[in-house]
Amino acid sequence: MHFIFGMEFLYYLIGIIVLIIAAEVLFDKDHPKRFTSGLFWLIFGVTFIIGDKVPASVIGYLVLVMVALTALGQVKNGGKESSTKEQRVKMADKLNNKIFIPALMIPVFTVIGTLLYGHIKFGSVNFVDPTQITLISLGIAAILAFFGAMWITKAKWSVPVQEGSRLLQSVGWAVILPQLLATLGGIFNAAGVGKVVSGIVSNYLPTSNSFVAVFAYCFGMMLFTMIMGNAFAAFAVITAGIGIPFIVHMHAGNPGIMAALGMFAGYSGTLMTPMAANFNIVPAMLFGLEDQNAVVKKQIPTGLAIFVADTLLMYFLVYHF
Amino acid sequence: MIKLIGILVVIIGFLFRFNTLLVVTVAGIVTGLVAGIPFNKIIADFGQFFVTNRYMSLAIVSTLPIIGILERYGLKEQSEKMIKRVKNATAGRVMLTYLGIRELSAALGLNIGGHAQTVRPLVAPMAEGAATRKLNKPLPKKLRTDIQTFAACVENTGWFFGEDIFIATGAILLMKGFFESQGMHVGVWQMAFWGLPTSVCAFLISWFRLRRLDKRISLLAQQPSETSNEEA
Repeated sequence: MHFIFGMEFLYYLIGIIVLIIAAEVLFDKDHPKRFTSGLFWLIFGVTFIIGDKVPASVIGYLVLVMVALTALGQVKNGGKESSTKEQRVKMADKLNNKIFIPALMIPVFTVIGTLLYGHIKFGSVNFVDPTQITLISLGIAAILAFFGAMWITKAKWSVPVQEGSRLLQSVGWAVILPQLLATLGGIFNAAGVGKVVSGIVSNYLPTSNSFVAVFAYCFGMMLFTMIMGNAFAAFAVITAGIGIPFIVHMHAGNPGIMAALGMFAGYSGTLMTPMAANFNIVPAMLFGLEDQNAVVKKQIPTGLAIFVADTLLMYFLVYHF
Repeated sequence: MIKLIGILVVIIGFLFRFNTLLVVTVAGIVTGLVAGIPFNKIIADFGQFFVTNRYMSLAIVSTLPIIGILERYGLKEQSEKMIKRVKNATAGRVMLTYLGIRELSAALGLNIGGHAQTVRPLVAPMAEGAATRKLNKPLPKKLRTDIQTFAACVENTGWFFGEDIFIATGAILLMKGFFESQGMHVGVWQMAFWGLPTSVCAFLISWFRLRRLDKRISLLAQQPSETSNEEA
């Protein structure tokens, strides 16, 4: 399949953004840990640019260096507030609602791109990689919105560098946590952790009761998702281990309904775990909250309520349709 | 059984509040070692998975410079100003509206949100603006944090429980692929359709919690001002 825009191009773009920020940190004389923090961002940027061109073990050791720098407390946020509230209010009065245009350009162009790019072809060459349309639409939307923002604000080129650096540093090391968690899921899979977990559940629970089977499956999805931080990783393990043998085979439940609601039980777990970092920790850091678990705590009542509703729905639906 | 040691590492790591990156890395390495995978292979796996999952950082890194510029030029201040002019806007209603839009668009397969892209620059400031208007004074710190965390919460709830009612979404394709690998044929339409009741429940539960938030803000607004002066 031939195409013009693929993920490769976006990875280079992100790599360059992160490398510029790394340089900004390295040259910031007021930064409390400029060299080690700069090194962290330098490595992160490099993984985007050479990621698939060097042996995987090279990236593996680079990741270990990033983890070590973080664990030793060497990655610090040296970003500072670069404008005052008064300046921003004055700007807001000047630009008025025009300031929203670039912010709205991101979702709007992502949607347009998702609907449109798949249909653009030049002979046998696709405009974008057809397997990655949404992500590429988002990337292109971000580029368009960037120029829109520069045009509307008439900002100097130093502004996006400073402000991007301020925001990325406020997210800090948490930015690599999602990627690292996916890695953990992969290694658990390779090691056969799932089979062991399923074995324990099926040995110790009276799954001959059809409600217990549903509860064990939903609870297993929730719990394993909370441990792994990822409902997708839990799904294969728990569905093969509990769902199919007990709900489908033993009690003749509907596998489609079981899967749909089982995944949602997993999502209720995602709401309640710090392991789902990009959903729960990153926003707390984006808001600069003192408690990095504030979002998780807020979501626990919602997560539990959805879990209860979802389990009951599965019990009433899965054996009847 | 010994293979579960990685899960134990994760739990202990969180209990003792070690750095999360360190906990995850150690859990992976230990699990790999007890399963008999050579150390160098484990590290290569780390590199491999890290690279294939780079797309996870796309949304956040690519939008930060834009949001940064807009924040410097008063995006939050303007959001607050605008929402103050909308009659009947409350923090809860702003967030519930976003939740509805997020669930519906996710169900259509459109990813229009995100914490970095919409919650921090638009949803949270608008909700804060609505609350500020109601209180007619700067928000107490705790209420501000509550509104911000609720904004993050509706983003997650809307995305998770909307996404799976669209048949071409990743989760549905994953489930279908999984069943195929087990030699079972399960239709995508029923997986998408039966997700609807839970999605509706997620919306109603959020509606209930946001309504309570609005009531709390109303009560706070009725309090005589001397009790809240210290928080401003």
